[in-house]
This record gives sequence, C-alpha cells and structure tokens, in this order.
Amino acid sequence: MSDDVTGATGAARPEWPLYEVFVRGKRGLNHVHVGSLHAPDRTMALHNARNLYTRRNEGVSIWVVLAQDITASSPDEKDPFFAPSGDKVYRHPTFYPIPEDVPHI
Amino acid sequence: MSTVTAQETPPGADLEHQAEFDAKVAADQRIEPRDWMPEAYRRTLVRQVSQHAHSEIIGMQPEGDWIASAPSLRRKAILLAKVQDEAGHGLYLYAAAETLGVDRADLTERLIEGRQKYSSIFNYPSLTFADVGVIGWLVDGAAICNQVPLCRSSFGPYSRAMVRICKEESFHQRQGYELLMRMMEGTEGQRRMVQDAVDRWWWPSLMMFGPPDAESPNTRQSMAWRIKRDTNDDLRQKFVDMSVPQAEKLGVTLPDPELAWNGERGHYDFGEPDWVEFKQVVSGAGPKNAERVARRRAAHEKGAWVREAATAYARKHQSAEEATV
Repeated sequence: MSDDVTGATGAARPEWPLYEVFVRGKRGLNHVHVGSLHAPDRTMALHNARNLYTRRNEGVSIWVVLAQDITASSPDEKDPFFAPSGDKVYRHPTFYPIPEDVPHI
Repeated sequence: MSTVTAQETPPGADLEHQAEFDAKVAADQRIEPRDWMPEAYRRTLVRQVSQHAHSEIIGMQPEGDWIASAPSLRRKAILLAKVQDEAGHGLYLYAAAETLGVDRADLTERLIEGRQKYSSIFNYPSLTFADVGVIGWLVDGAAICNQVPLCRSSFGPYSRAMVRICKEESFHQRQGYELLMRMMEGTEGQRRMVQDAVDRWWWPSLMMFGPPDAESPNTRQSMAWRIKRDTNDDLRQKFVDMSVPQAEKLGVTLPDPELAWNGERGHYDFGEPDWVEFKQVVSGAGPKNAERVARRRAAHEKGAWVREAATAYARKHQSAEEATV
C-alpha cells in the first residue's frame, strides 16, 4: 500500500455532522452510548440510528446528540478533576466497622 | 473534530505516556480514543479497522446478487436482513475508525479509488444459490473465528463494535448452514450444487486468516498491542477443527486430501492453501476485484443526489427553524 491512509485528514470537509447515539435498552434502564453516525439533521440522525443500532429490538428509546456539543472531562486517569472523591473513604459503607451480630445492617 | 474523538498526538516519544500506555495494555485494560497512544498503534488500527469496514461493505455484493433470485419469500427476507447487517457492520466499524481521527468519507474514497484493501474472499464469484449457504456457513464461520478474539481488542471502540458484530454473525452462519441442510435433503442436483460450492469456497475461506505466521511480519507487534489476539495459523487450525464435524453432519466432502485427524496433536492436519493465488487476489488480480470496486463506486456516485437532497432539505428546515425563534 503506497498511499498514506492513516493521516487525520478531511476534518475540514463540509460533511454531515457527527451524532453520538444513546439507546435505552428497555424501560427502567438508562440510555447508554452505542456509537455514532453522520446525518444531515437531527430527524435523519434519529431514523438512521434506529436502522443502524436497533435492528433487533435493542431499544425502546434513542437519543442523538451532536458530537461537537458534548463537553468531556480530560481523559487523564490522574486528572485532579476527580481528586475530591479520591480521599473520602468515609463515603463508603465499608468504612464503618459494625459487630457481626448486629442484624440487617 | 468532536470533543470525544482522538486528539493529534504530539510528535516525538513521550516516555511517561508510553509507560502508562504499555501498563494499560499489559493489564488488559482498554485504550479509549482520547488516551495518549503511540502513533504507530493509531496508524495500524486505522488500517485494520478501515479495511475491516471495507470488507463488510464489499461483502454485501456476493450475496446481494442473489436477493432478486432467492427461491422463496422466506429466503429473500433472510438474505435482505443479512445483507443489511453487513452494511450495519461496515458502519459500526467506520464509526470506530473515526474515533481515531480519520474521516469516513475519505475512507470511502480510498476504497473506491482502489487505494485501500478489503478481505480477498469477496473477490470470488457467487455462482449458484448454494453459494449463499456456503458463504454463511464457511465465510461467516471464518469471520466469527477471526472476530470473537477481537472483542478483547485493546482499543475500546473497536472491541465494542466487534461485540455487536459477533452477536449478529451467529445468525449469518446459522441461516447458511440451515439453507445447506435443506438443499442436502433435496434432489441429487441440489446436493451436487452444495458440494460444488463447498469445493470452490473452502480454500478461499482458509485464506481469510491471512498468510502463514512465518510470513506475517506484523503479527508480533499487533499481538503485543493486543489488537490481534491469536496468530493466523492458530485461528486457521481452530476453523478447520470446527468445520470438519459440521461438514460430516451436512454430508459434504471438504476438498483436501490431506485432511485427517491427528490424535497426537489433538487437531486435524490439513493441506496448504495456494498462497500464490492468495497473493494474486489480494493484489487485485482476483476474479472479481475490478467489478466489486466498480460497483461500490457506482453506488456511491449514483447516491450523490440523495445525499445532496438530504443536505438541502436539512438546510432549508434549519433556516425555517431559525426564522421562527
């Protein structure tokens, strides 16, 4: 293969925008991210998402969100953003020793 | 690009990042699009995932040819659903490739300009309706062997796409085997058609696992990165071991005189595929290479007006929405 096919090109092309797709598998569950697709508008995005991600009753509800509208935390696992939860062991039930013979706790 | 896809990696080796990446991969954790990753890892994945996507899209053609000629409404409905699945698989994989910072429209162009490859298996013709069954049984069976381990690929979006795909492939393989069982219950002529299709597809199916390990220089690195989990020869052996009892049950003969159970190894011994033919087909000289790509190009070009109309419609409605705000 002489051609370089792996460069990050084409991002500036005036293409259909990217939508991220979230599906609720059944009533009572959260919507879960399942993938993405391109579509000219929100309605088409929804229809395409139905055809692509729920061909076998995988969902009862779909959300499509413009990927560019998602704000995400930094991918760094040592992100100080999550530091506030790191040192508060007293937020977990296992922090509190209770004698074995105390029932139902 | 979006905030949830890969960022450009800075040039030059970043030792700390590299160590973190290596530790994650070694611990069998997943690498996600915005994580730092070595440029060679990203490029290898782009190539692997996009070629896989192209294979799904081109893979619609050999069976698509039979939709209009399916012998019953039941078979037609099954075949339509299967070919639609292949399109879906292609799209899951293009979506996974895009998280690495490439553009889907670019990848399509590279396919129809013949600059990127796809699985050599789809360059063989589907001559009779029995081919539809054999493609489901053997070709999709081989694809399942290849793809199940990739559900544990180190790259998160690829592994998740593979999980979805593998669930659907099971239908593909079973409908093929069931079709062949029905044909084998039919006339002598139908049984001959099945055997003929098996004779033509068996060796190309074995080639789907790629060249022998000794001639597959990238295997070691890809296995270290855990974007490949088993070697070509191991997967090929697994496929042969799975297929032999299925062939016996079906009542067909696999066209390999060297095929024999080896009690010592606990595996079937089998003959060597024709690697000269393999190289010819991969490099574009297979029976159907030109036709497959030409057809994909024609579909893309003939669909241009649909894409343009959808874009115009979306623009019109967007300005109408803005006007009422």
